[in-house]
Amino acid sequence: MAADTQEASVDSGFGQISRTKDVAFRLLALAATLIGIVSLAALLLNVAVDAVGWLDWSFLTNPPHPNPNNAGFLPAIVGSIAIMIMIALVTFPLGVGAAIYLEEYASDGYLTRFIQLNIANLAGVPSVVYGLLGLGLFVGLFNIGYGSVLAAAFTVALLILPIVIISAQEAIRSVPDSQRQASYGMGATKWQTIRNVVLPRAMPGIMTGTILALGRAIGETAPLIMIAAPTTVFGVPNSLLSKVSAMPLQIYNWASYPQTEFQYGVVAAGVVTLLVILLTINSVAIIIRNRYQQRT
Amino acid sequence: MTNKQMTSSETEQTDDQQPNPTPGTDSLADRGTDIGVETSSRDDPATVTDRTIIESRDLDVYYGDDQALNGISMEIPEQQVTALIGPSGCGKSTFLRSINRMNDLIDIARVDGELFFREKNVYDDDVDPVALRRRIGMVFQSPNPFPKSIYDNVAYGLRVQGQDDNLDEKVHTALERAALLDEVEDQLDSSGLDLSGGQQQRLCIARAIAPDPEVILMDEPASALDPVATSKIEDLIEDLAEEYTVIIVTHNMQQAARISDKTAVFLTGGNLVEFDDTTKIFENPESDRVEDYITGKFG
Ligand SMILES: Nc1ncnc2c1ncn2[C@@H]1O[C@H](COP(=O)(O)OP(=O)(O)OP(=O)(O)O)[C@@H](O)[C@H]1O
Ligand SMILES: [Mg+2]
Repeated sequence: MAADTQEASVDSGFGQISRTKDVAFRLLALAATLIGIVSLAALLLNVAVDAVGWLDWSFLTNPPHPNPNNAGFLPAIVGSIAIMIMIALVTFPLGVGAAIYLEEYASDGYLTRFIQLNIANLAGVPSVVYGLLGLGLFVGLFNIGYGSVLAAAFTVALLILPIVIISAQEAIRSVPDSQRQASYGMGATKWQTIRNVVLPRAMPGIMTGTILALGRAIGETAPLIMIAAPTTVFGVPNSLLSKVSAMPLQIYNWASYPQTEFQYGVVAAGVVTLLVILLTINSVAIIIRNRYQQRT
Repeated sequence: MTNKQMTSSETEQTDDQQPNPTPGTDSLADRGTDIGVETSSRDDPATVTDRTIIESRDLDVYYGDDQALNGISMEIPEQQVTALIGPSGCGKSTFLRSINRMNDLIDIARVDGELFFREKNVYDDDVDPVALRRRIGMVFQSPNPFPKSIYDNVAYGLRVQGQDDNLDEKVHTALERAALLDEVEDQLDSSGLDLSGGQQQRLCIARAIAPDPEVILMDEPASALDPVATSKIEDLIEDLAEEYTVIIVTHNMQQAARISDKTAVFLTGGNLVEFDDTTKIFENPESDRVEDYITGKFG
């Protein structure tokens, strides 16, 4: 009797284990994926359809206009790009510098861990809070001017700085220690090692992280509103201190117009433009990453 | 190619070499010229001196609270091959790293006692570990070339040390000495990572000898290699010993017996049990534990 049951259980060990839960979980996971993808696709399709007839060359090259048929996006596009360039110029050196300090120089003490923890926390602070900080610091204290290119760039730069630092740290940490040892073993100084061995190897990762962070920055609206950037400007910014609008702000502005042509057509054209620019930025990041992976 | 590299390394040199703020750099470099007359024997390979180049006195190394080396005292002769053997975890690599102060890079490592390189305690306050490592080269257990061209790999030490005159010539000489030149002569621009494991290790040896150090430390340089590559590296070590002092960690008794003049046997607990001529150690060791270890009874 005992031998019988044992044999039966051995039998079931080969091929008769129930797979119902396996299958069920697989379907559940698939459903979750599909819900995400399908709703995103529907949204994009909807916007793209609305944009047809509105998104054309004159939309991209003209200033805004009260008549929806003449409405243009140019000042906002140029404004966003100007802000992006300034953000990159500010965050790249600061972010990489901080990451190098934390990874290569700082000893693993309480202070370092405290700084590290706070950087992680700062990455999660809502953007409107950074807007408030920018208003107080850059507009109020430093008097850079309400809604200027610089004030906008500095404010959003603060917002993405923690993300840039963290991704640069990860890139630096992923450089194998054997590479540093090889360099120190050759009688290189710390700075020579960082410059010739660590940074070249970490650079693609740093670039990818920075570009993805810029992608986040380009969609930010709240901090710009907080520093009183105008939602619409009619001229392309001609200095770092001139008032600037950005793509998401302009879109927000159009959405509040009473005419349906604005609410649907023009807004959709703006959204598609913003998304195309954002996707372009992200693909550059992916291309850099892939080229790096092929080489190592 | 070389033109661009030269200029880039020139700027680097002005960046990094000119200020030379650490007093230790000067003092050790001065010692280098002080003893320059005596070391001229290096030019004549036939002269095998019995002069001591490295001497440790009561050297203890701790990692945190764990002691990895326990009162190591030994005198390593110049221009000979000294092998360090012993079971895993007995502190061979730790000893090697304490010679060129690579242990400084490990936060929890602490060194007590003295280690003299040409009669200067390298743990004195006025010794700059960077300057020390420029005179004591190192080859690691697993090949670790940079993801740079073969040329740039070999030139690395020369450039960071500011010895970038006649770079082409020095790179060629180093590759030749490392018995790699024939295999890579027409692909100096391709990546060092595209070489086989054995070639990579010889590339690392070329990189280590290019700046012409006085001592070469090797931590199991052949452990990841097949017998053919291993024997190439062994030949190479014997050649190197004509000009350099070589200290090599190995797990391979035959290798130690074949290539070394002196052998140090470390046993568990970070103790140096016996240090003598290699023939003596392998034929007639004083200590029974050493005999047991060498004949494979334990370890
Ligand atoms: N970086 C480190 N941090 C903490 N402990 C270490 C470190 N490196 C080595 N140790 C410890 O020191 C002791 C000696 O290690 P070491 O690497 O010198 O041994 P080894 O003789 O080279 O061994 P193997 O033949 O396996 O390479 C070991 O107990 C090891 O655990
Ligand atoms: Mg070891």
